[in-house]
Amino acid sequence: MNALDQIFISVQHGMAGLAPAPLQPLVLMLLSIAGLMAVFGSCFALTTILERKILGRMQNRFGPNRVGPCGFFQPLADGVKMLTKEDIVPFSADKALHFLAPVALTVPVWLAFAVLPFGRNMSAIEMDAGILFFFAIGSASELAVFMAGWSSQNKYSLVGAMRAIAQMISYEVPLVLAGVPVLMAAGSLSLPDIVQAQSNFVWGFVPRWNVFTPWGLAGFALFLIAAAAESNRCPFDLPEGESELIAGFLTEYSGFKYALFFLGEYLGLFAVTGLAVTLFLGGWQAPAPWLQWFPSWGWFTAKFGALIFLFIWARATLPRLRLDQLLNFAWKFLVPLALINLFVAALWWKVPAAMPVRWLLCAGLLVVPFVWLARIWNGTKPTQRHYDYAG
Amino acid sequence: MLGLGILRGLVETWRNFQGSYYDPARLTTVQYPEEKLPPQENARTFPFLVFDGNEPLAGLRCTACSICAVECPAHCIHIVKDTLKKPDYLGKMQFHPKVFNIDMAVCMECGICAEVCPFDSIKMDHVFELSGVDRKMILEKTDLAKPNDYFHKIHPLEAATVDAARAAEQRKAQAKKAAAPVPAAV
Repeated sequence: MNALDQIFISVQHGMAGLAPAPLQPLVLMLLSIAGLMAVFGSCFALTTILERKILGRMQNRFGPNRVGPCGFFQPLADGVKMLTKEDIVPFSADKALHFLAPVALTVPVWLAFAVLPFGRNMSAIEMDAGILFFFAIGSASELAVFMAGWSSQNKYSLVGAMRAIAQMISYEVPLVLAGVPVLMAAGSLSLPDIVQAQSNFVWGFVPRWNVFTPWGLAGFALFLIAAAAESNRCPFDLPEGESELIAGFLTEYSGFKYALFFLGEYLGLFAVTGLAVTLFLGGWQAPAPWLQWFPSWGWFTAKFGALIFLFIWARATLPRLRLDQLLNFAWKFLVPLALINLFVAALWWKVPAAMPVRWLLCAGLLVVPFVWLARIWNGTKPTQRHYDYAG
Repeated sequence: MLGLGILRGLVETWRNFQGSYYDPARLTTVQYPEEKLPPQENARTFPFLVFDGNEPLAGLRCTACSICAVECPAHCIHIVKDTLKKPDYLGKMQFHPKVFNIDMAVCMECGICAEVCPFDSIKMDHVFELSGVDRKMILEKTDLAKPNDYFHKIHPLEAATVDAARAAEQRKAQAKKAAAPVPAAV
């Protein structure tokens, strides 16, 4: 079990051992980078085809099923198409920024993978402030999005970019606030420590994952909603709402630059999903004591896949929001709930009562504001706007 | 309560998802090049010319009356009358088209030509896989002529009524011929 569990680490160290001793740390680093890029690059390809197939099935049609067996070579065909397309830069575009934006989006997203623990001992960097690093890097992508929108010299691009900025900054707040109770519980900013804090089992079979506590469950839901918005996923994909904005900040991009944006978006989703697994679903921990023979990276992959499926499922189900609905939802609903959740998480550690009482008390403290906020904001309509000079 | 509608929607899409694997009624897609739906009788694409008998050009019902060419909103039909006359199915002498061209690039498949034709000669076809490697967009009468059997195959009901009407007319014409006063025999 242990050999299989640590297979990637031992292969990495075995390969690095072939290099001369002074170069070994560098080789180890490069091997982790290459491994991450290979795994998540192919994961990107697999997700695009699976997403299209699942979306198809949910809309009562076959997805792509022509290229290769069951259509599974579709990403290859798409990649060839993207590579061979003409790369058009608008005449009045800011050439340097227009070129840099896709790179500036993709690089920080790759960096975010450095701190995620994908299995036992399997994180590229063991950083003490891993989660801080993750969020700091994650907010760098907003800059890239605005670079793309600004440099294109296109109204649609600019409006799309401004929407994206408004959305990403708004949803960053509930995203971080939803993660804070986990830090309080683990008492550490290091992601491997957070996973370690979720080991062991209550009553011998219920895993001690954060999602099984009331504040963890609420935090998990808030985190997933904010994560969907952060990575521009449906139903929060209005920065590129094609019904209103052509393709938002992607309007003036074609060819491989467009593919890079696409890649960056999916990798951002993977990174934030990996973080959700780490924070709330116990990371690479097995869900039951008798299932611990399965390698830790296998458990991580299973939880990761389930969450990606959840995102695809939500995409197939929900229609796109309006911009004011989107921002109201973040500031008037998610942020207050995340703050209340912080309070409840603090209370959770202070309540001396036994398990069911404590659970019900904390859950009640969350459900009441949830219902109350939903009641307040349900049915409020934005006031009719008056335009004195336009229209 | 907030969220219940979302959950209901998720259940619905989940039903679609797993139902699409075993319930053929959910997957209504027909995978086109391999599977094809039988064409509807009233479907129409481009016009064609019906001929009787085995000789395409000899059996053409068209009498080059040019009503279709005049009525065509897109003016895609070009007809040149032949000087020769041939007997039609009633035995009357009728003109024939020397040239009958339809410009497929202009035709908009409205079917007016088929509606106005008094000789049941021009009818609407079912072929729709018309992509090709050359740019031959003008179909001549040799391309357009198709046998009556083909007309029966694609429009069985309409072809039956047309044939019945023509047979009735033929019978009437023969009866008239028989009843006609024979030139006085002296």
